[in-house]
Amino acid sequence: MSAPIVLAEGLSKSFRVADKQPGLSGTVRHLLRRTYRDVAAVRDLHFTIQPGEVVGFLGPNGAGKTTTLKMLSGLIHPSAGRVEVAGCLPQRRQERFLQQITLVMGNRQQLIWDLPPMDSLRVNAAVYGIDPIEAKRRINELAEMLELGEELQRPVRKLSLGQRMKAELLAALLHRPSVLFLDEPTLGLDVNAQARVRDFLADYNRRTGATVLLTSHYMGDITALCERVLLIHQGRLFHDGSLDALTSRLAPCREVRLELRQVHPREAFTGFGTIEVHQGHHVRLLIPREHLTQQVGLLLSRFEVVDLEVSDPPIEELIGGLFRQQG
Amino acid sequence: MAYSGSRVEMARRKLLIPVQRAARIAAALLSSQYAYMLEYRAEIALWALSGVLPLIMLAVWQGSGGAAAAGFTPQGLGRYFLAAFVVRQFSVVWLIHVFEEDALQGKLSPQLLQPLQPLWRYLAAHVAEQATRVPFVALMLAGVFVLKPGLLWLPSPGQLLVGIVAIQAAFVLRFLLQTLVAMLCFWSERAAALDRLLLIPYLFLSGLVAPLESFPPAVRQLALWTPFPAMVSFPAKLLAGENVDVAAGFLNLTLWCAVLFPLSRLLWRAGVRRYSAMGA
Repeated sequence: MSAPIVLAEGLSKSFRVADKQPGLSGTVRHLLRRTYRDVAAVRDLHFTIQPGEVVGFLGPNGAGKTTTLKMLSGLIHPSAGRVEVAGCLPQRRQERFLQQITLVMGNRQQLIWDLPPMDSLRVNAAVYGIDPIEAKRRINELAEMLELGEELQRPVRKLSLGQRMKAELLAALLHRPSVLFLDEPTLGLDVNAQARVRDFLADYNRRTGATVLLTSHYMGDITALCERVLLIHQGRLFHDGSLDALTSRLAPCREVRLELRQVHPREAFTGFGTIEVHQGHHVRLLIPREHLTQQVGLLLSRFEVVDLEVSDPPIEELIGGLFRQQG
Repeated sequence: MAYSGSRVEMARRKLLIPVQRAARIAAALLSSQYAYMLEYRAEIALWALSGVLPLIMLAVWQGSGGAAAAGFTPQGLGRYFLAAFVVRQFSVVWLIHVFEEDALQGKLSPQLLQPLQPLWRYLAAHVAEQATRVPFVALMLAGVFVLKPGLLWLPSPGQLLVGIVAIQAAFVLRFLLQTLVAMLCFWSERAAALDRLLLIPYLFLSGLVAPLESFPPAVRQLALWTPFPAMVSFPAKLLAGENVDVAAGFLNLTLWCAVLFPLSRLLWRAGVRRYSAMGA
């Protein structure tokens, strides 16, 4: 196994925030004697990412995903622990490091709002020391992959959200970074635009072998792109492995949907698993994975089944359920 | 020989490549920022109009007949204020406000992730804004000369060149001073308030509302220990053709820049460690 391109060891970040009670008395107390407390955003994270991997970074709002990405990209300094990306300490922000990484934030933009993206691209090419002819070639190549054309000549403010996000991606990838940190790159995009951005990222990873660490609230992004996921909750790493392993861990049962020729009483299905839905010809059961084959065989032999579907419960529901359980 | 020749070539390349790259960055930044400023030309015209304080002071002083007390002829005083108007127009710095907004809203983040010190972008934006102001300032000057043809004067090419260099040096000095204050927003969320604190000494000690010669000697001496006279009084006198010690003036500007530049670098390094990339 080659050396990891991203390494986090005991990575932690806490922020000092002022504590103020509401009301006038709280305001006066706050003015006279200010008190602070430390809020831990990320606690003791350990993980490594190999070159070329596409890793999904999951967690609810406030879990510490964005803070971690900011530490990995060198925007903020860790409070404790060690982080190394592409052989560099990110917080030093040396040119060698900055030439190899990019951070795309769905809610932030680097393009100049009132000018066409092409102006920003020219600046980026100069800043990254890319030869003008080479820059033109790369812009054409990326624009083709992203299906961008005359949009590059239109002021950014006149572009749709999807076009703007694609232009942002183009600007962020012009210097051919080998490590991509993507924070909600499909935020607010419609289904078609999301799919196009996903296809592009998969294609970019295939063509360049770049490493990608991606956060997204859209599970479609994760399932389409990532073989491995890191699940973070309250600043701590909860899971590091495949999405399937996460599903198995979170959902020890599989969902079996049955459409029956005849209607059977609810009692007929007790003993097969947990009955989720029992509505006329339709029955939905949750069956433990270890008994799945045996129980499905029994169901097929005992009832006249028109249609049968075995699936995992939606990952969003599983993760949401986990976080609700843990508060 | 071939070996030493290749060493010379390598040294030349080592020097040339960073220079070429810096020139490309400067050209790209200036052209994009100029295009950006042109989008806001109406706003810049209004900003240029709002910088008429020296013209107001010109009217006040001409009415008071105090030119002699300040050691000027009436015509010389008029030219001084007109030159101060030009200096003010081309040394405007608004770094604190825009930097504070960018730092607090997380807009600084994309800039920090590029291999270019973010302050260069702000500097380019200021230079581009100066270029955008040129036609508006020219129109306003033309208006003054139509109304007061007696004030019309043409500096010699040498005077003009030295005056322009002094204006740009004054601009750099103001930019560095504002950089120091702007960096404080890494510690305080309202660093822009300090800019207001700087405004009073800038107005009075720079020679913008009155020539330094009109101040009591003690106040004048005090003013000369601050960087403010170098920001208006010195370049304005140069441009107006007044008697001024050119070497001492430029030495003063250079010394102040030499003090403020390393301080701003130190503050940047310490401040950026505290950056929490809020909002992004």
